[in-house]
Amino acid sequence: MIDFARNVRLWFAPQEISEEGSTPDYRFSLANERTFLAWLRTALALIGGGFAVDQFLPDLRWAWRVGLALALLAAGVLCSLRAVNHWVRCERAMRQGKDLPVSRFPALLGIAVAIVAVAMVIVVLAGWEG
Amino acid sequence: MTSPPDRDPGLQPERTRLAWRRTTLSSTVAAVLAAKAALHGGITAEGIIICALCCTLWLSFLTVAHHRITTLATNSAPPPLTPRHATAAVLCTVAVAVCAAVLVY
Repeated sequence: MIDFARNVRLWFAPQEISEEGSTPDYRFSLANERTFLAWLRTALALIGGGFAVDQFLPDLRWAWRVGLALALLAAGVLCSLRAVNHWVRCERAMRQGKDLPVSRFPALLGIAVAIVAVAMVIVVLAGWEG
Repeated sequence: MTSPPDRDPGLQPERTRLAWRRTTLSSTVAAVLAAKAALHGGITAEGIIICALCCTLWLSFLTVAHHRITTLATNSAPPPLTPRHATAAVLCTVAVAVCAAVLVY
């Protein structure tokens, strides 16, 4: 948690990152940046999914609709915050010549998306009960 | 632009530039969905405010992306993305999600 707080401070303080270690090959930094952007797109897609659930499923019961939309939006927020945090951690690891940080977030997100997909299949097969 | 011997054979800056473009496109889709949601149930003061807010956020994201693309295009060995820009891009995304939560609720 303390590590996370320090990372949050680094989001806003670029000079502190560039004081640590040595600058890596710019291609590695750019690859890290693209990974960050890919996660940001994932987050935007989740947020778009939240809007879509709210807009295009008017037949769903209010609680289900709002619950599903808020869950997708929360996942989007989590995903984008995690994107910048992971980017900072990777950037620091590359500067210090350490191993890149490992994360269980992709597995958790994958499982969550799979659960939502299975739930949607069940809802469709059950003929929109509810 | 750079002369051919300087060019990175892996086209890393170009790929990064296109990644920014794709992300801007995604944020455009989110902004359009937000505008549709905000103005869906008739034009209300709340809807207009949220719609304007989402447009501003989209413009902010566009500015960040454009700034980064310009930096990538003008340097043969581009400097890394600054945390400030990364945070700005993420905060725009989070703010759109907050607007969405207000609309949904």
